[in-house]
Amino acid sequence: MSTDADIQIMLNGEPRRLIGDARLVTLVENLALKRGRIAIEINGAVAPRAAWPEILLKPGDTVEIVNFVGGG
Amino acid sequence: MKEDVFELAGQRFTSRLIVGTGKYRDFAETRAAIEASGAEIVTVAVRRVNITDPSQENLLDYIDPKKYQILPNTAGCYTVEEAVRTCRLAREAGVGDLVKLEVIGDQRTLFPDVPATLEAARILVKEGFRVLPYITDDPVACLRLAEIGCAAVMPLAAPIGSGMGIRNPYNLRIILEQAKLPVIVDAGVGTASDAALAMELGCDGLLINSAIASARDPVAMARAMRMGVEAGRIAYLAGRIEQKLYATASSPLGGLIR
Repeated sequence: MSTDADIQIMLNGEPRRLIGDARLVTLVENLALKRGRIAIEINGAVAPRAAWPEILLKPGDTVEIVNFVGGG
Repeated sequence: MKEDVFELAGQRFTSRLIVGTGKYRDFAETRAAIEASGAEIVTVAVRRVNITDPSQENLLDYIDPKKYQILPNTAGCYTVEEAVRTCRLAREAGVGDLVKLEVIGDQRTLFPDVPATLEAARILVKEGFRVLPYITDDPVACLRLAEIGCAAVMPLAAPIGSGMGIRNPYNLRIILEQAKLPVIVDAGVGTASDAALAMELGCDGLLINSAIASARDPVAMARAMRMGVEAGRIAYLAGRIEQKLYATASSPLGGLIR
């Protein structure tokens, strides 16, 4: 299910342009992130892992992708 | 002596020492110190991924979530919303629903914002999280957190990273006397004797990061903390002698040569 997208989103606080494919899973693949260790929030709400394949990002979406780092 | 098991949030542990993962030189040192500490629960922070360098190693490449209970924390959160969002994200990342809640009230002291901590705890408990809240050594705050349904209370010994040790053992004793939940001292511990003291007072456990990670030899300090926690716990269970103003001789009074 591909789209002819050309949209702007905010990703981890920075603007990002998505061209050709606005699917969330495509973004995750392009970022080369390890799926098992990350979590994603879109517009303030957690995106459940099971729902990732269905999620299409829209213009102006605010996306946060986090992982675990050292901290006390 | 019967087996002394640490029950926390419905799970059983052998070690009463929880360790953080911040401030280490590198991941290898982090792992070595954690191993030396004997800790089974390891707390981690939640932060944005590094988008520009995805090949960068990840903490969990060094600390196996199958071997350790990973405890995500909300360090750096100053609002209820930030803390709650962080916990939701952490749970979705797939290490369970046990979280350390921190809602900070002041940048210099890093003391918790108590009302915000209570509010965030209420929300998180309702959403099914098992909440370990970082809190002041205030007996009333600890009672409220128990009423809310947290899995433990984690009163600070002193400000985070200050190394000042147990600044108010009297508050801690009151908290322990009134406690309906495990009491885990979190923040401000400096060295092994601080850890032993907390355990001798009757605490159920400790969470230590800076005292280990920023020691000159973190792996050695991790070992020391492990022993301090164990020594303190055994001493507590052994039932210490009273403190008296005057002497009571250790040797018999009769049979002395003259």
